[in-house]
Amino acid sequence: MPELNYAGAVNAALRRCLEELPETLLYGEDVAKPGGVHGVTRRLWKDFGDRVFDTPISESAILGTAVGAAMMGRRPIVEIMWADFFLVALDQLVNQAANIRYVSQGRLAAPLTVRTQQGNSPAACAQHSQNLEALFTHVPGLRVVVPSTPQNAYDSMVSAVYCDDPVVVFDNRTLYLGEKQQVATGGAPAPIGGSTMRRTGAAATVVTWGAMTHRVLAAADRLAEEGTEVTVLETPWLNPFDHEAVHRSVAATGGRLAVVHEANVTGGFGGEVVVRALEAGVLSGRPLRLGAADTRIPAATALAGALIPDTEQILTELRKFTRA
Amino acid sequence: MTREGPEADLLAMWRIRAFEEKLRELHKAGDLLGSVHLCIGQEAGPVGACAALTEQDALFATYRGHGWAIARGVPLRPLFAELLGRATGVNGGRGGSAYFSAADHGFHGENSIVGGGVSHAVGAALAGRHDGSGRIAMTVFGDGAMNQGAVAEAMNFAAAFDLPVLFLCENNRYSELTPIRDMVRNEALTDRATALGIAATRIDGNDPALVRSTVARYADAARDGRGPAFVELITQRLVGHYIGDVQQYRTRAELEEDGRAEPIARATAALAESGVDTEAIERAARDEVDAAAATALADPPADPATAKEHLYA
Ligand SMILES: Cc1ncc(C[n+]2csc(CCOP(=O)(O)OP(=O)(O)O)c2C)c(N)n1
Ligand SMILES: [Mg+2]
Repeated sequence: MPELNYAGAVNAALRRCLEELPETLLYGEDVAKPGGVHGVTRRLWKDFGDRVFDTPISESAILGTAVGAAMMGRRPIVEIMWADFFLVALDQLVNQAANIRYVSQGRLAAPLTVRTQQGNSPAACAQHSQNLEALFTHVPGLRVVVPSTPQNAYDSMVSAVYCDDPVVVFDNRTLYLGEKQQVATGGAPAPIGGSTMRRTGAAATVVTWGAMTHRVLAAADRLAEEGTEVTVLETPWLNPFDHEAVHRSVAATGGRLAVVHEANVTGGFGGEVVVRALEAGVLSGRPLRLGAADTRIPAATALAGALIPDTEQILTELRKFTRA
Repeated sequence: MTREGPEADLLAMWRIRAFEEKLRELHKAGDLLGSVHLCIGQEAGPVGACAALTEQDALFATYRGHGWAIARGVPLRPLFAELLGRATGVNGGRGGSAYFSAADHGFHGENSIVGGGVSHAVGAALAGRHDGSGRIAMTVFGDGAMNQGAVAEAMNFAAAFDLPVLFLCENNRYSELTPIRDMVRNEALTDRATALGIAATRIDGNDPALVRSTVARYADAARDGRGPAFVELITQRLVGHYIGDVQQYRTRAELEEDGRAEPIARATAALAESGVDTEAIERAARDEVDAAAATALADPPADPATAKEHLYA
């Protein structure tokens, strides 16, 4: 098993897809010759020739051509460099890609994968800091995944490319150069969906995804040192979402459910997770939703730090929650 | 001592370069964080073009906007403070390097979305038509931004309604790490403006006097109701797209050639020939920049308790 960091794992997954599926294309701004602004697509252009190429700064055309090529049987993998840049081109996903299979009664399809990355990093400006996954989970017809580890990133990318629906993969750039991990690279492409129990404990179920997973796990470990064990359920796939696993876990943890994400709370996907649990009748007592404050994200780290939950704040909130 | 003509231009360009070089230093020292886009090598554009604007005119720039803000008259200390996340910054640290504004100085903002500010300039000109001010608007963006749909829409909007907008395209040949020549078939970017009926010209963007006279001519025309104009400034950045970009995509020969073409080297050579003490000019700029940076560094950081203020009216 190769030892890979997150960026390396995505690169390996892309390489595998380009090798196994001759109908794949990989394109976006700076992805080919420069190998991506975060180095994720390094060397793929060298090995796959004109199936990997750089594009103009034209997000609308990147997504729109992916839709058109996918309708004709290609399997494009395209990059939107920052999730914030989706917003200049969303028509192509929401009005276009998401409708194709449904309205044509399956006669047409748009099996494309959009890779992007999101979230805040030190001093990133308000237009480079947003967590936008909930915009996409609100759109029926799109698939959404937010991985957190090299293995997870590898598996999600392969599953996304093999999936016959349009899939948006949200990385978090602060994870790219993280610790290396042994990554199992050979297995059959897994169907999309599913979740992973990252730790178990009886006091509550904490659902989370993406980069937040690491902060939640760190907070849960600290809480355990204080004698309170919680279950952490990581749900990288937000569509399809593993509600069943959540409900099972909540039922096993006294009906207590917390959801933590980096996106701001109002309209965040955490609300959907909580309401589904409520509808399933598994909740007992009040649930906890934890995310960024409902405001814009300022560049100054002193300000951003006050708005986005860190390990310390998650610990404080979970402590209050589990003792309530 | 007040300098005039080429000496004043050199000083103005040095103020920008010294500011940018100071940022590089602060970044290295860990005082300045995040993605920072320097305009080292591109100083002639802002110095020449901003001279054509009056106080009431509007300017919309990009993340590579420090030089434009400085040329517009934004003082250095609150600019440093902004980038350093200090409470005394022009936006109290909320904008940062890539997205601050200083409306008091006619600097209506950087933008971190490529092409994002171009239609704002068209709107500012539209407002000028209705508020009786006679304001014109200027917007500056890169070569790569020409491939953004929003820019094409904004340019046609201005053309269709004869709005007084100056579109300045700083062509430094690269869009991040990708050369513009690989991303267009027709490298004459001015043709896109011409096709929309917008007066357009491509000029040496490293000559501040030429930039000033060209932009002033179009500004006068715009004030006279003759509509928008497009000026392509041929220039180069001597540094990476952002601090940390090691520029593997550029050859040594190209960088050397750019080093000869860049505005400060050229202006210095020309002035030195006529006996001007150009080192004194550089020193004056560096002293001012050093003092401003030192003061800003001592300023208090933005107060976390204020982080939620100003979201709504
Ligand atoms: C809509 C959008 N797409 C992509 C980016 C990422 N990006 C930032 S700067 C840049 C290159 C812009 O090149 P150019 O317009 O030539 O300006 P320069 O940086 O050379 O001044 C890109 C692709 C962005 N900020 N916004
Ligand atoms: Mg450029």
